[in-house]
Formats: sequence, structure tokens, C-alpha cells
Amino acid sequence: MARIFAYIIHKAGVADDCAVELIAAAKKIDAAASPTAIVTGWGADFDAVCDSLRTSYAETWKISNEALAYPNAELIRKALVKVLPPESIVLVAHEHLGIDLAPGLSIKTNASFVSDVLAIDGLDGTDLRVVRQEFGGQVSAHVRCDISSGAVVTVRPGAFKPVESAPVSGIVVDKSTDAGELTAGRRYLETIAAEAGDVDITKHSILVSIGRGIQEKDNVALAHELAEALGAAVSCSRPVVDAKWLEKSRQVGSSGKTVKPKVYLACGISGSFQHLAGIKGNPFLIAINKNPRAPIFQVADVGIVDDILEFLPELTNKVREMRRAA
Amino acid sequence: MEILVCARRVPDTSENEIQLNRAGNDIERDDLVYSINEADNYAVEEALQIIARVGGSVTVVTVGTEDDEEILRREMAMGASHGVLLSDDAFYGSDGRGIATILKAFVQRGKYDMILTGVQAEDGGTQVGGMLAAMLDYPFASLVNSIEVHDSKKLKVSREIAGGNKEVSEIDLPCVLSIQTGINEPRYVGMRGIRQVASAPIPTHAASALGIDPATVGETGAKVKRVDYFVPVLGKGAEMLQGSREENIDKLIELVAAKGGLK
Amino acid sequence: MVAGTAAPEVGTFEFAGDAEIMLEGTPLALQVTSALVPGRTLFLTIHILGFTSFAYIVARRLVPLLRAQRDLRFDRPLARLANVLKFWLGQWKHPRYKTAGILHILIFAGFILLAIRAFSVLIVGVSENFVMPSLSGSADHVYQIVTDYAATVVFICMIFAILRRLAFKPVRYTVPARYGKAHTADAIFLLSLIAVLMMADSLFEAARTANQLHLSESNELRAVLSLPWLLQVGFASLSVPTLGRLYFAAYLIHEVTFYFLLCYRPFGIQFHVETSLFTVFFAKLDRGTLKPVKWGVPDEHLEQVKSFGVKTFEDFTWKHMLDFYSCADCGRCSDNCPANSVGRPLSPRFITIKARDYAFQHYRMFGNSGYGKPLIGTIYSEDEIWSCTTCGACEEECPLLVEYIDKIVDLRRGMVDDGNVPQSLQKPLKALESRGNPYGKMEKKRAEWAKVKEFQPTCKVKILDGKNGADTLYFVDSITSYDDRMQAIARATAKILDHGGANFGILGTVEKDSGHEVRRFGEETLFIALRDHNAEAIRASGVERIVTADPHAFNALKHDYRDVPPVEHISQFIARDVRAGRIEFKPIKDGVVYTYHDPCYLGRHNQIYDDPRDVLDAIPGMKRVEMKRCRDRSFCCGGGGLMLFYESKEEMRIGVKRVQMAAEAGADVIVTACPFCMVNIEDAIKVAGLEGKMTAIDLTELVEQQIVFEVPAESEAALQGV
Repeated sequence: MARIFAYIIHKAGVADDCAVELIAAAKKIDAAASPTAIVTGWGADFDAVCDSLRTSYAETWKISNEALAYPNAELIRKALVKVLPPESIVLVAHEHLGIDLAPGLSIKTNASFVSDVLAIDGLDGTDLRVVRQEFGGQVSAHVRCDISSGAVVTVRPGAFKPVESAPVSGIVVDKSTDAGELTAGRRYLETIAAEAGDVDITKHSILVSIGRGIQEKDNVALAHELAEALGAAVSCSRPVVDAKWLEKSRQVGSSGKTVKPKVYLACGISGSFQHLAGIKGNPFLIAINKNPRAPIFQVADVGIVDDILEFLPELTNKVREMRRAA
Repeated sequence: MEILVCARRVPDTSENEIQLNRAGNDIERDDLVYSINEADNYAVEEALQIIARVGGSVTVVTVGTEDDEEILRREMAMGASHGVLLSDDAFYGSDGRGIATILKAFVQRGKYDMILTGVQAEDGGTQVGGMLAAMLDYPFASLVNSIEVHDSKKLKVSREIAGGNKEVSEIDLPCVLSIQTGINEPRYVGMRGIRQVASAPIPTHAASALGIDPATVGETGAKVKRVDYFVPVLGKGAEMLQGSREENIDKLIELVAAKGGLK
Repeated sequence: MVAGTAAPEVGTFEFAGDAEIMLEGTPLALQVTSALVPGRTLFLTIHILGFTSFAYIVARRLVPLLRAQRDLRFDRPLARLANVLKFWLGQWKHPRYKTAGILHILIFAGFILLAIRAFSVLIVGVSENFVMPSLSGSADHVYQIVTDYAATVVFICMIFAILRRLAFKPVRYTVPARYGKAHTADAIFLLSLIAVLMMADSLFEAARTANQLHLSESNELRAVLSLPWLLQVGFASLSVPTLGRLYFAAYLIHEVTFYFLLCYRPFGIQFHVETSLFTVFFAKLDRGTLKPVKWGVPDEHLEQVKSFGVKTFEDFTWKHMLDFYSCADCGRCSDNCPANSVGRPLSPRFITIKARDYAFQHYRMFGNSGYGKPLIGTIYSEDEIWSCTTCGACEEECPLLVEYIDKIVDLRRGMVDDGNVPQSLQKPLKALESRGNPYGKMEKKRAEWAKVKEFQPTCKVKILDGKNGADTLYFVDSITSYDDRMQAIARATAKILDHGGANFGILGTVEKDSGHEVRRFGEETLFIALRDHNAEAIRASGVERIVTADPHAFNALKHDYRDVPPVEHISQFIARDVRAGRIEFKPIKDGVVYTYHDPCYLGRHNQIYDDPRDVLDAIPGMKRVEMKRCRDRSFCCGGGGLMLFYESKEEMRIGVKRVQMAAEAGADVIVTACPFCMVNIEDAIKVAGLEGKMTAIDLTELVEQQIVFEVPAESEAALQGV
């Protein structure tokens, strides 16, 4: 059985939530597997990340290089290619860095590649059986991937629930010298922060979130009224921002903000994974949608099939009534 | 600047109802309408805007059959100077790597400063661009939402990253970029425009002309294969409230309050 | 008697001192009229200069028209003449705004009446004793009296108009900041000049009459209390030389002012004085139609046309350019424009004024004209042109019959040709191309509305697919076929047709969008494809007539389609049945007030106002009120077809304004006869916060609700079995 590596993405000294999910994914490939974390970076924050991985990973390969202070996928790929043993299986989170890194890595390591995997059904000889989605999540597909010469697999964040297990005390192996000098045809310049809006949705514990189901700009007011009654903030999914009904700073999702509220009301949101990727911390998720087959009902805690344009005003009135009575 | 855009013809996302067929192993294909993959269209528009600023021409290439010519014509109607079809029975059933192999063979026959693809197509692969770049040893950037041409040797690109932030990098030419939707506002192409290019020649190249070993592409060469389509049996999912609207509202408020929601 | 002097020779005049009053038979020399003689050369020079300047100016103004596109406007001269008589001479549209209307009618009448006098006066300066050949003796006398009053009235109107501009400032004259400075100063300047002209004319006539009276020569009486009369009374005590000087001065002022105005008018809105006759003569005769992409180029040859639509000024037709010259800046169009009223960037008045200013700037009096510059992005913005709902209120209002819709459509054709289409419209256009409806829904579901469980047994809807035939086609069109709410209209219509005994069917999945808005949004090629497809299907079905409940489809089938059977709107069908006594209505619920909203494409564009009203009034107990803006002044709901997809910058929804008008009129229910009106109005009711206080219902739904259906035995059983 080839060695399984998990490439760990980190920021500001903290490993991404996906780090422990990759372990669960690895175990789906091979229940006995003990994946090795492989992580790149530079500086004190990076050292902290490597340290923190000890409790989850038996072995962590650390590649420390000043050029990798900012995670530039072009440089990371070069480093990994030098360090990874042949025919390895590499798991990466399917997000911005993963998408940038993984396909090219599969070519350079002569491994096969399969992306955005939702579930792993196991090995069939040298064929890895996985589940993916197509057509924006409307259908699922069973896919076979020949891993005889290795594989790079990107894994949907949140799809694999971390397994409960006793903490390990792993080791950190420094592979920095193996990586050697790193240069690439792409050089990081700077990060431009998204414009801060008037409301910081990441700071609110209840969010009233709207999607395409709100239908028109004028109806956004319904969400504002409910939010006001609840003491919440209004957030939204990407289509609402694309239609210019709310500012970008209100967008929850992989290309928007990441939020960790206690309660999340998803109103007229279908539940695309890019949107859900922005919701962390396992809040209490209530979904209201006209379409009983909306994917959001799969992930919500409570679901109501109703027209939000009629439901929201009534809900607002009830909340106001209650507050007056209280 | 010579720009190549790799495009793909896919079932249109908004004009189709994607459903399983009766046998339950594929999607119902009878009534599908096809169009160019949305992200690829944004890529072509971006390429056209770039050459409007710095000069050059845009070529659009696709791997497929005669049916796929229609997207090439549409992009030519939009302003691309050339449309190229790479077609061979041997190409059928290629996985992402196979497609990238075919495209690489074509790229090496020409001289392109920039190669653009859409971030992903209907299968959500997000792979062809990155693979092509690695095969060609060109620098690569994905999820590109802005391109600035500085000179004939470099570009400044920005990538869409978490939180709506933009990661700005400098990238050497020639390079491969995968383009995110929303980078621009593609111009409209109507029937009239397409009619005007209806008889424009579209060169077609087969495997031998491209010097491709059939064993490395197509079903033969594919390492990743889709077995079937299915709709998952809905798991537990949400607890669906079944009462009247009033009852649901009351329950909802109760739950929100219980979860520490109401202040 | 002049003491001590010999009588001066005939033909000379000396500005002597006070000449005494002479007796009858006084030589011409002592007539004030001869005061002009010394100035003859001057006057002639002014004539020649003035006239040639005017001719030159007009010639320069014609230059862009020579570069313009063809426009076939020389057909049906009698109908055109009738328009001239009704709208130009008869000032038919003017009274729609009472004060301004009456003012203008008086001024116009005055001008017409004074025309002959004005010419006489001018000629007199170079040829004394000139008298217009047609007027002699008593005719001349009557003419004199009439024109005295005319001059007076015009003068008073000028004063009134100036005061109105200064004090009352009607809102429609306001120039919003983005269009530049106010036009008030220029307006007052022109009004003053006309007043001066009238005054000069009156002075001139008064001086002559005063002189004649001194000579006791004439029985020339001025019209009592007219301006000339008043002046002449005032001049009674003036000496002949003074009168002579006055006469000369008045003449000169008159002549100079006349030529100044003549030459100044083509530089501003007053050009309409000259051009209005032509604009009205060449006005569009066929309502509801659109001009072809290029006149004289049939659809089959359109591929050869290099560029579609209006991109530069020269892409307009000569008639459109004439329209730009003819605008009188009255603002009535914009005052009635629904887009303008909600703050969209569109103001029809300024579409014209900006184009006119463009023409003036680029086609100057001297030097080469620059041409071929794009209009969109310079004088027009994209949102401005896409904002138009094509409701036609502007065209209905314009007293000069200036056309707008054709120009807007042409500008849109240009933008579409350049690929410059807003993203919000690209999606429905693409869906129309691939699926034949703007929603992207599947063709095979187009007739699903007829298969609804509760409906199907009660009313069989035939699909005209070759196996089934019928003599009437019910053309449903896209929104009624696919929209959950509007499908109710389809079912109601089918029931009504069935009850009326019509042998009808629908095209079913073969039907595609009528393309009405596709055409009006400038996508001519796609429209032609849809039209040809539908027309062929219609002909193949063998029907003899078409009925529809969608006024946009109605308008398209009637005016945009060729070689299809005659089409009528369902309201006409019902009205006919009502008049023939074939429909019995149940009495309507008491205490509810209804109002009828005229859809633009049923009312204004096709002038069907009474049929829907007759139908409503035939319902026993119907309480119906009219909104202030009704019939040809109906206020657009916000637009249909592709307009539902477009998002303009606006302060409020157009529909909300309309719903507020209904509330103002005291209505509880708005009845409309168009599915798009229904969408906009139902939406607006919610947005305006009137939910629960106001509802909307379609005419077909109301009729179906109130018809007394006889339930035949078989059908009853079927119902019970369901």
C-alpha cells in the first residue's frame, strides 16, 4: 500500500479545519493507514502549526523555506515533488490553494488526479472508488481512479467528519534540505483585502442569510426586518452579491467570509457547497426553502418548506410580538 | 499577444433540467441544450479585451467532435480570430489528463503567449489548466479574476481567495491561467453574428497530425473513469417541520431561543 | 394750408418741420407711406441678406439629412394630408394640456392669419402700394380687422407666456442638471422677439392709419380695442413727419426682427415653426409597427447589411433627423414617460434635444462636418436606451407626432450588433434562442398548463399537431404558458373560448415566444427566426383566426407578423359575445370597487379601450371607477417581455406608481388584461405595502369567475368522477 500524505493548509499559526478531515479520508482509503502530514511554510507561525499537528499525525514532514513564507502553489509544488516518495497518495483540501496546487502536482509526480471528492468507498485492487458531484451538485457520480502509480486527491472540506481517536504524540521530520532552492515563474506580490462593509458578519451569533430565493432587491428588506427583530445580521450567498443586491462583505462562502455563528437561518438558499464552506463551527442551521429537494435540507438541522417571501414577514411579526410581550 | 483559450461544450446550466435517465446510470440527454462552458466564455471575453488593449489575436480550441464546432463558431462570432477542433476517435473517453495531453500537443505546434481555460466545467474537475501548465512547464495560476499586461514578458494577475480577498502575483509569459466567472461582462453574441461566421473554416486535427500516441489518451489512457451517475438516497438530513406556517414559526422561535439565538 | 410755400413735388418728401394737415388730394409725398421710400435700398438689402441667409441656413441644416438613411414616407399622400389637417392645422393634440394648448392654438392661429399680412408688409417696403392680389376691397377690409385682433392676441399671449415661464414654471419645462442649463432665458428671448414683431407690426399699421385719418382719406378702420387701434388712437395728435418717422422705424424693426427670427429659428426649438408641417406630413401612419432594419431591404437580404441599427448620428433616417429639428421642447413626452417618472435615466425630450444639439455641433454653418462618431457612450448612455418600456405615451402626447419607439429600437439594434447587451438580458435572449422562451424552460412543458388535474376534465384543449384541426388558434405565448401564476389566465381563456363555442386549439410544444420584445430590444435576427417558425406553424395548423390573451403577442401577430390569419384579443371576443347576448354573468360581490388598467399594447398601441370596459360593465352590480390616467393616457405598469429581466437604476418601481394611482381612485381591485401587467401590478401591490387592501385580477379570470356556465350532463359526471 502506497504511503498516504495529507498536505496541510494553514494560516496565522493555525492549521485549517480540513487537516483532521484528511485523516478520516485517508482511513477510508485504507483503514489501517496512518497518513503523514506534509506542510510547507516559514517562520514562528509555521513552527507552531507543525507542533500542533503532532497530536493528530504520527509523522509530520516539515518543509521550511523562506520562499514559502507566503503559500505560493508554484513553489510548493516544486518542493513537494522533490520530497514526496514515488507513487504516493496525496490528499489536499479542495479550496483555493488546493485547486492551484493539486492538478500540476499530479502531472509532475506522474500520479492520477481526482478532485472534489465527497466520499471514498474504498479500494478495488488498484482502483480507488470515490463519489463526486457534477452539474453544480445536481447529480452524483461514482468514479474509479487508478492509483497504481500514485494519486493526488482533493477532498471537499467538511465532507469527511474527523474520527474520534486518542491523541498521538507524533514526530516532526524536517525535510527542508531535500526541497532545496525554490524559484518559480509566479511570484507573490500582495493580498488585497476585500472591502470592509458597514457590518462585520463574522461577529454576529445569529445570521439571517438570503439566497437567490429572495428574488429581487426590494425583498432584501424582509431579511433586514427579521434581522433587526432578532438582533441578528443579514448575510447572503454569492448570487445575491453578483446581482448587486448586497455588498460583497455580506457574502458567506468559499469566496466570501467564513462565519461561526450559533444560529444560521438559510432563507431561499439552495445549499451549494461553496456557500456551506463558509459556515464553520457547526451552528444550528435552519433552512427555509420553497423547493423540498433543495440540497440545503441535507445539511440543515431543521427544515421548513415554505415561500420565504411570505414566511419571513410573518416570522418577523411573531418575533416582534414576543419581544413586546416579554 | 497570441492567446489560446481552451473551451468545452457542455449542457447549459440554466436551460436544462439535469435528471437521471430511466436506467439510472446516466443523465437524461435527449432534451439537453448545449453551450460553451460559462467560465470558458468569460475566458474568451477576457482574451478579447486584452488584445483590444495590446494587439494580437485569440484562438479558441476544443477537444471533441463536429458537434462541438458550434461553440467555436460562437466564440469566433464574439471576436476570436481562429477556431480549432481537435478530433479523433482515439480521444473519446479521455480523462482530465488525457485532455491536457491532447491540448499540450496542439500548443506545442504553435506559439502562444497566454493560454486560458475556465476554472472548471460541468464536471467540476478544475484540472485541465493546471495539468496543461505542468506538462508544458509553464507557470500557472487558477481562479484568476483580474489580468494586467505589463509587458511582453510578464503579467500581473490576481486570484480569488478566501474571504473575498485577492492574491496578487506576477507571472512570467508564456503561462497558463484558469479564469473564474465574473471576471468581466462578456459581450453578447446573437444569431446574426454566428451566421456571419457560419462558413469560416475550422481546421480539424487528429491524433496523428498532433503526434499523439493514442494509448496515452482516450479511454485507453484514462486513469479516472466515471462509472455512473446517481442521485444519493437522501440521508437523515434536516428535521422537516410539518405543521402549519404559524406552528412552524412558533417552533422555529423556540429552537432559536434554545440555541442561544435570541438576545 | 402751408403758408408761403409751394406744394412739394410728387414723389419727394422732405423731413420738414411740422406739416399741417392737408386736404383731400394731397400728393403722395405727404402720405406716411412715402416715408419708406428713402429706405428702399436698405430694406431691399435686408430682404436679400435675410432671405439668402435663411436659405443658406436651411441648406446647411439639410446636409445631415442627405447623409441619413432612407425612409419611405411618400406613400398614401391623402392620409398624410389628413394628418396635416388634423394635427398641424387642427392642433389636435394641443388641448391635452389645457393652458399651454389654448395658448398655442391662439398663437398658431394668429401666425397663420398674419402670414399674408406679414408678407405684404415686407414687400411694401420695396414696392409701395403693394396690395396682395387676392385681397381687394371688402375682403381686404375684413382681413385687416381679423389680423388686427390676431396680432393683439398673439401679443397678449406672448406676454402671458413670458410671465408663465417666469412665475408658474410648469414642471415639464425643467431641465435636470445633467442635461445642462435651463432653457428659460432662450424661451423668453424668443417670446419677446415675437412680441416685438407684433408690436412693430401694430405700430406700422397704426402709424399709417393715423396718417390716413389726418388726411381724412380712408375709411380704414382698425379693429376696435386691438393693439393697432389703441396705438392709432394714441397717435392721433402726432404730426405727419413724426408719424413718418414712426412708420419708418416700425417698418425697419419689423423687417429686422422678422429676418432675425427667420434666421434664428433654425438654431433652436423654434425651427418647429418651419419644420412642423413636414414632420406631421411625413409622420408614421402605421401604429404598433416597427420600422424595418433598413427601409427597402427585405428580411431575406438582411445578411448583406453591414451594420444593424443606429450607432452614429448618420444611421438615423432623414425623418428622424427632421424630428430632432422639430422638437418644440414642450416636455409633454417626458411628463408622461413612466421611466422618467421613477428616475430612470430616460427622458424622451432629451433624447431629441441631445440629438438635435449633436446635429448643430457637428453640422455647422461653415466648415466640414465631423461625422461617424458613436452616440452610445457620448450623448446617450446604455441604461438610458434600455430603460424604455416602449409604452408609447411619449408618441401619444407629442403635438408634432415626433416618433420615439423606432429610434430607441434602432439604437438598441446598434448595441446588440456591437455585442453591447446587459448581462441581465443576455440570459433570457440565449434561452429564447435555445428553448423558445426566456425562462430556459423545456419546450415539452409548454402545454402543461392545460393538463392540470382540476382543469383538464372541464375543458379539453386541443393541440393542433396535424392530427387535430380547428378554425381558431389560441396563441398562449411564453409567460402564460410557463409562469405558475399566469397559467390561470390560460385556463380561464380556454374556458371562455369553450363557453363561447369557439372551435379552438393551441400549438402546444411547437409554439415559441412571439418575439415581440425580442424585436423591440433590438435582436432582429432572433425575432425573425421566432416569427418565421411561429408563422409557419400557424399556417400549417390551418386556422382561420387567432385569439390571444396577451396584448404583446396580439400586437406582434397583428403588426410584426405577415401572412398569418387575423388576430384579436380575448377582450374583443368576450365583448362580442356580450353584445350578442350570449353571455350571462352572475352578479358580482357587493362593496368592492374595481378599476380597469389599460395595458399599453391593448389600449394605446391598438386603441382597444371600450371592449374590456363593456365586458366589465355587463357584470351586474359592477362598481367601476376610472383612474385619472386611463385610456390613451394610461400609465405603463413597467413593461413586459424582456423588460421583466432588465434592472434599471430607478428611485421606485414603475408599477408602484400605478398601484398608487389605483388606490387614489378608490379602487379595491385592479382589473387588467395582460399577463405582464399582472406580474408588475401584483408585485407592486406587495412592494407598496398594499397587500390585503388591494388585489389584481385578469379580465379573463374575472369573466370566468362570473360567467354562468351551463354544465352539460357528461361533463358533470366527469367532474364528479375526478
